[in-house]
Amino acid sequence: MIDGLRRLGRSTLFWLNRLGRATLFLLRLLSALPTLAKRPGLAIRQLYSVGVLSLPIIAMSGLFVGMVLGLQGYANLVDFGATSSLGRVVALSLARELGPVLAALLYAARAGSALTAEIGLMKATEQLSAMQMMAVDPFARVYAPRFVAGIIAMPLLAGIFTAVGILGGYFVAVQQLGVDSGAFWSQMQSTVKLFDDVINGVVINSVVFGWVANWIAVFEGYDAIPTSEGISLATTRTVVNTSLVVLAVDFVLTALFFGV
Amino acid sequence: MGAFKKMELAVGVFVALGLAAFFMLAMKVSNIAELGEDKGYKVTARFENIGGLKVRAPVTLAGVRIGRVVGIGLDTHTYEAVVTLSIEPRYDRLPTDSSASILTSGVLGEQYVGLEPGGMDEYLKNGGALKLTQSALVLEKLIGHMLTNAVSGDNPPAKTP
Amino acid sequence: MPMPNTPFSRSDPPDPPPLITVRGLTFYRGDRAIFRDVDLDIQRGKVTAIMGPSGAGKTTLLRLIGGQIRPHAGRIEVDGACVHELGRRELYQLRKRMSMLFQSGALFTDLSVFDNVAFPLREHTRLSEALIRILVLMKLEAVGLRGARDLMPSELSGGMARRAALARSIALDPMMIMYDEPFSGQDPITMGVLIKLIRTLNDALGLTSIIVSHDVKETASIADYIYLLSEGSIVDHGSPQALERSRSAWVEQFLHALPDGPMSFHYPAAAYAQDLSLAQEPSP
Repeated sequence: MIDGLRRLGRSTLFWLNRLGRATLFLLRLLSALPTLAKRPGLAIRQLYSVGVLSLPIIAMSGLFVGMVLGLQGYANLVDFGATSSLGRVVALSLARELGPVLAALLYAARAGSALTAEIGLMKATEQLSAMQMMAVDPFARVYAPRFVAGIIAMPLLAGIFTAVGILGGYFVAVQQLGVDSGAFWSQMQSTVKLFDDVINGVVINSVVFGWVANWIAVFEGYDAIPTSEGISLATTRTVVNTSLVVLAVDFVLTALFFGV
Repeated sequence: MGAFKKMELAVGVFVALGLAAFFMLAMKVSNIAELGEDKGYKVTARFENIGGLKVRAPVTLAGVRIGRVVGIGLDTHTYEAVVTLSIEPRYDRLPTDSSASILTSGVLGEQYVGLEPGGMDEYLKNGGALKLTQSALVLEKLIGHMLTNAVSGDNPPAKTP
Repeated sequence: MPMPNTPFSRSDPPDPPPLITVRGLTFYRGDRAIFRDVDLDIQRGKVTAIMGPSGAGKTTLLRLIGGQIRPHAGRIEVDGACVHELGRRELYQLRKRMSMLFQSGALFTDLSVFDNVAFPLREHTRLSEALIRILVLMKLEAVGLRGARDLMPSELSGGMARRAALARSIALDPMMIMYDEPFSGQDPITMGVLIKLIRTLNDALGLTSIIVSHDVKETASIADYIYLLSEGSIVDHGSPQALERSRSAWVEQFLHALPDGPMSFHYPAAAYAQDLSLAQEPSP
């Protein structure tokens, strides 16, 4: 029992220590932003690798999720004769929750893990050390571009996920299940509010998630033990920690915006 | 740097797609048409019970949406709910003796205010009030009525105005 | 073990002020003392070798000189500036004149050989692309890789990667180069190439070179001065010839790669017979 408590205390201190280091890392990264602004090409290159290359998985997943929502929504609403509400069910679920959250989780799995692995590998092969010895600040050249690109990519990906999902839901509902197309869109349009659902839901949520996901991904790479085992541990940590934090933050944001 | 140019292009397309998605969300999905409004004139109506009526609920006449609920308050002297409606300016020929009822769209849908035109020649203006109102049907009271009727032998009760 | 403490060599005439002076360096990793009150001088224009057994802290010394880590006590001066007291900007300015060749080459894997060599030029100078191209080709020519300029690092052999990294190190015409285990794991021909390159570049470009290595024969063949490092302190130092004549048993074991001597072959253990349970009691 005493042992268990001691271990708890130790891990709390360990994680607090990590959080502190991660915060210092973030501050240093932010201070390198002006330098990055002079070389936008670096961020564009990263935007390609985290944004463009994540498009396929985001779009396909959005499509499938939207279609499933259409099916499940229909199955539940048909008993009440309320299938005309299917449009708003699909749109609200996606815009408020599923769009930003699922996009963030998928992003962590695909782009976040890639970022961590790449940076960890650069650390292990002494590329970052070499860069420092060549008087080039890795914060400006390696970490900041990836962080900034990720934060720009996240809302775009969440928006695409949501939009494709709604289209997928429309396809299933109207084409396959025979829900009235007019009812689908008009009910949606009368209930989905631009500021509350689209801007608060998709945009703000995904910007916050993007901050979380990219911060964790880049920090884990920076902090990784430079061996193959260390890198694999760091990559796993990125995906797991990002997922947990995103879900926790989602709860906080939802309570803030939609709470009573 | 040919590869870089291609990358830039791909990034541009990606950002354009993202913005297009947001555009679609804003236009087709949300109620952006309803924004930038409230040039309408305000009319109040008092109800005994507004049920589940919420702000931004639609106000209709003959089923056509002519305005929105913009405020809900309570008169602490008369214990009545005071609902402020905003009617679109182009619908300015509402007789002063029109009535307002709180109705439900569908069986489980949300509640809205339905107007029934009266016969007077004077029309409602900004700051006017609707005198005739019908409160929301509260489900429990309805069931209560039905039960008492069933008990007292199938006599339909007189409807209270 | 004899521990002569004179910073200047015993046999050579006095030199101009050293490029790098290390005084009283103490550095711990955890509880272990990597360096305990170490004094070193690196003379300008010469090839100085720092040798010793694995884990003696040779790479750590290079990192300390480069300012990547701070000593716990002592002072390291490079060209008059105390490295660990510099602010970030001054440190970066100093680093532009220093150069380091890492054990694995540490080429940037997403850039071609050409772009790797051009990297310091593009980052720190405002030269036109045409001028950079000429400089890069010149540096690649010096290491014999001009024809390989469009290859990616993953397509290079270990020796070629090191040569490419060497070209990158001399891109800004530094005043010194630090070599971290340049010969480890190379085949004899590549080793010969690297040996020749290190010495030639040092003399042709007027560089100061520090080689950290445990390849005795190769390093001693080109070094002007050698420091032998072990267990946190300098065991001996001098020109290769002077060390050859040293009476120290340790130096002799190290320089001649003898399997047993002051560095014992056997890891400390109980008596052999006892371990095999042949004797019931410890031998008297």
